[in-house]
Amino acid sequence: MSIEQIGVVAGFEIRKFRAGRKWFFPLLLAAAPVSLVSLLLIFDPRPPSNSQITQVFAVMFQTFMLRLMTLFGCALVFAHLYRGDMVTRTIHFYLLTPVRREVLVAGKYLAGLLITCALYGGSVAVANILIHSANGSAVAEAHFFGGPGTRELLSYVGIAVLACLGYGSVFMLTGFLFKNPAVPAAFVLVWESANVFLPAALQKFSVVHYLQSIVPVPIPVGPFAFITSPASVFESVTGLGLFTVAVLIVNGLLIRKAEINYVSD
Amino acid sequence: MTAEPNGIVFSDVSKFYGEVLGVNKINLKIGPGITSLVGPNGSGKTTLMNLMTGLIRPTRGDIAVLGTTPHDPERFYSKIGYCTQFDTFPKGVTGFGLISSVLRLHGRNKREAEEQTWQAIEQVHMTDAAHRRVAGYSKGMRQRIKLALAVAHQPTVLVLDEPLNGLDPMARAESIALFEKLAEEGRFVVVSSHILHEVDLISDCVVMMSNGYVVAEGDIQEVRGEMSEHPIGILVRCDRPALLASRAFGESHVVEVRIEDDGAGVLLRSRSADQLYAMVNRVVLEEALTIEGVTPVDEDVHSVYSYLIGSNGTGRL
Repeated sequence: MSIEQIGVVAGFEIRKFRAGRKWFFPLLLAAAPVSLVSLLLIFDPRPPSNSQITQVFAVMFQTFMLRLMTLFGCALVFAHLYRGDMVTRTIHFYLLTPVRREVLVAGKYLAGLLITCALYGGSVAVANILIHSANGSAVAEAHFFGGPGTRELLSYVGIAVLACLGYGSVFMLTGFLFKNPAVPAAFVLVWESANVFLPAALQKFSVVHYLQSIVPVPIPVGPFAFITSPASVFESVTGLGLFTVAVLIVNGLLIRKAEINYVSD
Repeated sequence: MTAEPNGIVFSDVSKFYGEVLGVNKINLKIGPGITSLVGPNGSGKTTLMNLMTGLIRPTRGDIAVLGTTPHDPERFYSKIGYCTQFDTFPKGVTGFGLISSVLRLHGRNKREAEEQTWQAIEQVHMTDAAHRRVAGYSKGMRQRIKLALAVAHQPTVLVLDEPLNGLDPMARAESIALFEKLAEEGRFVVVSSHILHEVDLISDCVVMMSNGYVVAEGDIQEVRGEMSEHPIGILVRCDRPALLASRAFGESHVVEVRIEDDGAGVLLRSRSADQLYAMVNRVVLEEALTIEGVTPVDEDVHSVYSYLIGSNGTGRL
């Protein structure tokens, strides 16, 4: 029953997302790296070497895709899942159904995860394939099928999915706790961006630390080039998984006590 | 359907919004049939309904609906349907899509959900508009689709907050007929309405509220009967009203006698309903009067509410 209910809630949330035009800014963010790569290919006629392309993508991934696109995108999607229903005065439709509140959280979270993974995982994949096609299909084929391309591509997409997992739970929580989720979203953005300047002990209290530890291609220069005590793949994946579960449990506990806070006109 | 013994039970329930009183010290037991909540805006009707349906939690006290509470949502919400006053819907949904999705959450499979959705939509005569987006519905259509949503899973307890708002006279009559049918099936139908004559016609029991308190509850005639400080009034239409009036003047319990303008009836007010009816019966028999009709003039919700609250019952209700 609960698994089915999670599926029904997720399906309903996805339909609402599409119909409510909430997709515009998240989609705009997802389209940005693809557009950027397309512009680079159009306006920079010098074909860079494959290793240069890999480096350019690594910088683009860590600076823009991870720290801006995915983070902001998750903020837009996940923070709206609960708060949006309060603002539009429609949460009572869910609260009046025989669904445990924790199931509601799980369904909404699943919807957010499916949306953001499709948008940002897809964006990362398309941008990666597109940028590696700069030197023609033969070089791209060699990169993906004869070289490290496929492994790198899967790693990047996997990291984007992990980012959605971690940031999603955090922003869903902020949606419960704050009437205006923009303020905590800005705080999380600053915290995650300034992560590299924090002491090693504090760095571990950020999602990006674990994601940056497992990127397939490190950045050679700049503030994001150095990671203090990086986590292993196992630590990153299990750490983020446990973190996500813990935050979702808090979400579940909070929604148990949730009441409608709106009145009729 | 058999009525469950516990009913809807409020035990010393209070709800405060910060320092603002919602309802206070409510002790109430609602049984099967139609129960109407009556009171002006801000009297606490919607708060009571939101508490009853678990949308808000009491600051103090306990509420149980057929022995269950919102802490057990799977049992609680399968028994209860709530047609709220909120005129908002999720973006992009159709009437059919909304109801069938909610029924899926009630555990119905796709086929059952579709069947029950059509049944509910047919009950409110919305078949033609079922696949249109709710955003394009008129106020009356939105009201009807909310009603369909509330009854779709066939709950034992139906809570309806101003369900007749926005409905045209035909739809009102149909909705009232539906409430009566559901009540006849042994369900608990709790209705709030400011349209007092409609409440009067359908209610088995009335709960009167003012400023967050329940000021009276029970069968409307019983409540009226207990208000001995307000004379009971009846309008007797007969062939010789002047004769009846003259006989009534001689009775010590009668406090007012007035011949109707058309000369075909007499209004009698008395401090004792029993003595008044006995006197009318006696005169009718002794004088062989031909009675056209005997109608209580202030045994309606409007009058009782006016007596209790001191409001004239118009405008604010």
